[in-house]
Amino acid sequence: MSAFLDMGGYAAFIWPAYGVTVAVLVLNIIWAHGSLKRALETARRRSASAGDNS
Amino acid sequence: MMADMRWTWFHRLASPPYLYGLATRLTPWFAWPAALLILGGFYAGLALAPPDYQQGEGFRIIYVHVPTAWMSLMVYVTMGVAAGVGLIWRMKVAHAVAASCAPIGASFTVAALVTGSLWGKPMWGTWWVWDPRLTSELILLFLYLGFMGLRAGFDDTQRADRAGALLAIVGLVNVPIIHYSVIWWNSLHQAPSVLRFGKPTIPGAMLAPLLILLLGFTLFFAAVLLVRVRAEILQRERAARWIGEALGT
Repeated sequence: MSAFLDMGGYAAFIWPAYGVTVAVLVLNIIWAHGSLKRALETARRRSASAGDNS
Repeated sequence: MMADMRWTWFHRLASPPYLYGLATRLTPWFAWPAALLILGGFYAGLALAPPDYQQGEGFRIIYVHVPTAWMSLMVYVTMGVAAGVGLIWRMKVAHAVAASCAPIGASFTVAALVTGSLWGKPMWGTWWVWDPRLTSELILLFLYLGFMGLRAGFDDTQRADRAGALLAIVGLVNVPIIHYSVIWWNSLHQAPSVLRFGKPTIPGAMLAPLLILLLGFTLFFAAVLLVRVRAEILQRERAARWIGEALGT
């Protein structure tokens, strides 16, 4: 296991590279869901208030 | 008659409610295969692929560097083509697609630059060099950021769409420059070994995880793009009746 983590001495380069990539993948999911959630909330609020007025 | 049938799908896609519903239904079909392929590909790349005879274990950065670099270019081409379609056919949803591409592409361009830097340090002895490949990839990042900044500068969505589209289309010239930079100029960066005409130059056991990851990342882009496009459509169509019906209010 420690041999695997050591990556033949390249651990200091390999793991940060994978870390950055995984972070970008996760952030993309969070950002996309966040923007959809905000847009849905705004749309619900608008359509609810439009319903009140009519 | 044939011509009508051939173009129906195009006109249907141009309808915001239709695209919104389609995006909602399609997202899981891209997201779950993407998750499986990316997890499997990382495992295969880190644990199953044999070490390289020159770079030892260090070559395993290829499994994050090549997919992120592929994304940086593929997302840009998608953005440029969508912007072109939006400009030529005055199609609002195409502009929504282009606007949704930019933050995704920018983030993967950052990842490609950082993973490349982390690969360059042990192999070339430097984090950064003003080499044609590296410089043109950095320009790609500035194109994404410029596109987002330009759009943000307009209050009117239609004007933001048109100005952004022009920048995105002009920036497309940078894509072949990035790809061929390692062939046209004397570069520190290695020549393509997978995305090239003819057979790949790396052995199958090393290549298989990479192909799995390229497919996985591409499906990931599709899934994230569909979610973002829905958000864009909701914002743009906020006054439309169908939104209230689609939300069931």
